[in-house]
Formats: sequence, structure tokens, C-alpha cells
Amino acid sequence: MSLAPPLVDRAADRAETEMMERVLDLKGRSLWIDARRRLMRNRAAVVSMVILGTIAFMAVFAPILSPYSFKQTDYDLISCAPGWWPDKTVMCNAGGAHWFGTDNLGRDLFVRVLYGARVSLAVGIIATLVSLIVGVVYGAVAGFIGGRLDELMMRFVDILYSLPYIFLVIILMVVFHRNFFLLFVAIGAVEWLTMARIVRGQTLSIKYKEYIEAARAAGVDTFDTIVRHIIPNVLGPVIVYVTLTVPAVILAESFISFLGLGIQDPLTSWGVLISDGSKQIETAPWLLIFPALFMAVTLFCFNFIGDGLRDALDPKDR
Amino acid sequence: MLSYAIRRTLVALPTLLVIVTAAFFMMRIAPGGPFDSQRHLPPEIERNIEASYSLDKPLYEQYFIYIDRLAHGDLGPSFKTRDFTVTQLIADGLPVSLKLGLSAMVAAILIGIALGTVAALNQNHLIDHVTMSAAMVGITIPTFVTAPILTLVFGVYGVRLFGYDISLPVGGWNGGAVPNMVLPVLVLALPQIAVIARLLRGSLVEVLHSNYIRTARAKGLPSHIIVFRHAFRAALLPLVSYLGPAVAGLLTGSLIVENIFGIPGIGRYFVDGALNRDYTLVLGVVICYAAFVIFLNLAADILYAALDPRVRYEQ
Repeated sequence: MSLAPPLVDRAADRAETEMMERVLDLKGRSLWIDARRRLMRNRAAVVSMVILGTIAFMAVFAPILSPYSFKQTDYDLISCAPGWWPDKTVMCNAGGAHWFGTDNLGRDLFVRVLYGARVSLAVGIIATLVSLIVGVVYGAVAGFIGGRLDELMMRFVDILYSLPYIFLVIILMVVFHRNFFLLFVAIGAVEWLTMARIVRGQTLSIKYKEYIEAARAAGVDTFDTIVRHIIPNVLGPVIVYVTLTVPAVILAESFISFLGLGIQDPLTSWGVLISDGSKQIETAPWLLIFPALFMAVTLFCFNFIGDGLRDALDPKDR
Repeated sequence: MLSYAIRRTLVALPTLLVIVTAAFFMMRIAPGGPFDSQRHLPPEIERNIEASYSLDKPLYEQYFIYIDRLAHGDLGPSFKTRDFTVTQLIADGLPVSLKLGLSAMVAAILIGIALGTVAALNQNHLIDHVTMSAAMVGITIPTFVTAPILTLVFGVYGVRLFGYDISLPVGGWNGGAVPNMVLPVLVLALPQIAVIARLLRGSLVEVLHSNYIRTARAKGLPSHIIVFRHAFRAALLPLVSYLGPAVAGLLTGSLIVENIFGIPGIGRYFVDGALNRDYTLVLGVVICYAAFVIFLNLAADILYAALDPRVRYEQ
């Protein structure tokens, strides 16, 4: 009996654990790698990502992409058609540099559509983040703790669900004078409900899995279990739902803007542009067509990416 | 089953109360009041007006006065539309909104189911791809874009089909005459058609792959019986639970559609009322909408429980 064997044993033990960890780690990752490979094979999703990336890029670099400013008015070019407009009977022609024509104050529509993209995408992403954070935490806590608390929390969600929420958003916008920041919060605050339900359902389904029990047995407290073990393992459906929430939020924002309660001139969003454009559709259809086209394409892309992600993350459901 | 229905109905009332309370206090936090925009009145008269609407009392007291009235079925007088009670205004607009909404719902269900079935039966064929792409377009293009475009095509340019002029009126209600209803109903129904078609295609495809359908085929049943009698029963279930939210979608959509087509429903009261601080009118409309949403959600859930023997709510 020497002292050597235990030492060797411990070293071997550690080596083995490390190897196991590496193997397990690889396994854990390969789900995501697999999913990414499947997503990349989905042509519609890839094309959508490219288009969306281009729109986002153009929105970020809008000031560089056009010689005009989004609020620079030109009273010689009121509601003028772009240079290439096929119908030559229009009132006036804005010439080549105004790619999308000009609006009723002679502002360049191309730049305004891109600035609208900034607002609409920002609202979409920030409100979705709000709903993501609130919904995931709420759903995970309700599902994991369960019992009375779960019952209470989900009853609350049910009540909020039956609110005609767009009306509350409208009241909010009227009450707080079109506060831009509040618009994010208001929309995000109502979009989290579905997220909470999805996360709760997922949490219930993994709550009694062995690795959660292992964590409990190892003495991990409730908070850490939720943050470290529950939330990472319910992310799949959440990611899918996020890509579907962004377009829903963009639509909600444009809806509110259309009613004249959204963002104010000279700043703009797609909803505002569409609202303005639809008033002049007989004389200047380009004012409706371009913002509507950008918005529709964006919503399209998000939906395709969502579908692609669903197929990628849940291959059995093809 | 019955106890579930009763329990859900009992929950509906507090829900409505929460909504009323939230809307009441949110409106009151807003700066400005219903009589601000008018010319300046002598302070005594102003005080009299406020007293007659009990606006001079503390907020919580006003709240209890309102709730008390509401419990007696009285929505109060409109602050802006003189000599009208909110109940009268809503009674004016609601039938119009209902007719519009219900027509759109029926159109959406019929067309949506037809399209979804066709797509599912031709899964992964050209007709499936075309229908589903069209449905995607229907979902992504909002009503306030389709409305002006359809107006332009059918109203302003005027469409001729086989020598007949099929242009349609683009505004006004005209007592709910059919030509006046076509465009608003179409605009309102399009997104719902798209969602229903997609939902039904998904569930029908899944059901058609299940074992009992294979058994039915093996028995040699004709395919229309398999589809309509066997598959539809299971495949229509997700639609039932979608109907509740769909109504909410129709109601919010009608806000826009009533605005664009100049239809005298209750949608216009809401935005105008909120902007004018017509407290009672806004609350009245919110209550009205909320009651519809809650009731239809409830109806959809109960119907679902009744239709699907696998769902058991007793516990």
C-alpha cells in the first residue's frame, strides 16, 4: 500500500471527468450546430436573413446613403414622382436623385423610408426584448415553482389576455402624449403574455427531468436552477416565438401610428408613412407603395425566418 | 363540464372589473379634461358643469359613483356629444359594427376552411405552395394597406369584368347595403382568411397522417368521407380555440376599417373619445369590446372542451 495509487486515481478521475465534460459539452452544442445547419439549408430563411440584413444595414447607414436629409423640405417638389416612374401623366417629376420621389412637403421619400425603418425596427426589437425578458422570467418562475403561485400568476395572465390590449395601448398613447419610450414599453408589456405561457408550458415539461433533479440534489437553489438550467433549456421555442413577435410589434406600432397616435413629424415610422401615403393614393401612389413594400417585405422575412427556425429546432415537426 | 363553464363565467366578471378600473384610472391620469378645449367659461359656470358630472369630487368617489351606475346598467351621459347617453351612442353604432364584424367572420371561416383544405389535400404541390404564399401575404400586409389599394382598384379606377362594371362604393354605410359592405368586409376578412387557412392546413396535414385515417383508407372508404367526416373532426379543433382571439383581431381591425371607409360603427367613438377626454364614452366602448372578447373567448374554450373528449377540465 503506497500513497501513489490514490493520487494517480484522482488524476485519472479528473481526466475522465474533463473528458466527459468535453463530450457532454460537445453533445450540448451539437443541437445548436445541427439546428444551424438545418436552418442554413432552408433557402427561404437564408434569403430572408440576407434581405433583412440589407434593410437593417440601409437603415443604420441611412444618412450616408442619400444626399438628402429626412427633414429637408423642398417646396418646388411637392409630391413628385421618382424619375423612373412609368406613368408620365403625374403632376411633376422629382428627377433622378429622388429615387422614391418626394412627399407632400417635398421631402425625399427614400431617406424617409429608411428613417421609418429605423423607428419600426427599433420598436420591434426593443419591445420584443421587453416581452422576452418579462415573459421568460415570469413563465419560468410560474412553471418551476408551481402550486398556488403558478395558479395565481397564470390567472393574472388570463385576465390580461382578455383585455383588448390595443385599446389600452391607445389610451396610454393618448394619456402620455405619444411618448416614444412608452410606446416600446406599452407594446412590450402586452406582448409578453404569450411568451410567458409558452415558457411555462416548456418549463412544466422539463421540470422533472433528471438533470433538474440532479441540480436540486446537488443543492443548487431555486433561483440558480431557474437561471442556469430551466431557461437555457426552454430557449428553442422562445427563439421561434421571438422572430414572430418582432413583426407583430412592428404591425402594432404601425397600427397606432396609422391612428395618428404614434411617432411625430419630422421623425417617422413605416406606419406614419403608410398612413400619409394612403391619403394621397390617387395622386401620388408611390407614397403608399414604397413604405408598404418595405414593411411587407420585412414582415415576410421575419415570418420565413420564424418558420425556418421552427423546422430547424424541432425537426420532428416537419 | 358544467362546473367548468360556471367557473369560467364567474371569472369573467372580475376580469371585466379589472379592465374597467384600469381604463378608468388611465383616462384620469391623462392631463386635460373634457371641457378644456372650449372657450373660457366663468368659473362659477365651469364649477356647475363639473358638479353636474360629479367631476368636482375626489377621484375615488367618482370611481365608485361610476361603478355604482354601471352595476345598474347605466353607462352615463356622454361628455362631448350633448344630450346623448353613452348607451344611446353605442346602441347606434353597435349593430353596424356587429354586422360588419360577423359578415367578415363568416366570410373568413368559409373561405379560410376551403383554402386550407385544398392546400392540405395537395400537400407540397404547386396549389399548396401558391395558397400558402398567398396566405403569408394576407398575414403580413396590414388592413390599412389593403384598404386603400382595394379602394383604388375597385372604386377609383373601376373594374370591368366581362363587360360589366363591377366597381364598388368606397365609403359610407348606406344602411348596410350589400355593395357598401363588400370592400370593408373583404379588407377585414383577408388576414383572418389567411390565418385560418394556414392553421387548418397544418392541422389537417397532421391528422391525415394519423393511424385512424390510414385505417379508414384501408377500409376503402371514399376520400371525401375520410376528409369531411373523419379528418375534419380532429382538424377543426385548433380553429375553435383560434376563434376567440380572432374576434379580438376583427374588433381591432374594424377600428381601422371603420375609419377608412367612413362606417358609423363604434370604432370611431373610441379614438375620438380618447382624444377628447370623453371619459364615459371611452369607458363604454372599452367595456363593450372587452365584454365581447371575454364572452367569445369563453364560448370558444367551452366549445373546445365540449368538442374534444380528450380535454378534461375537472380536477
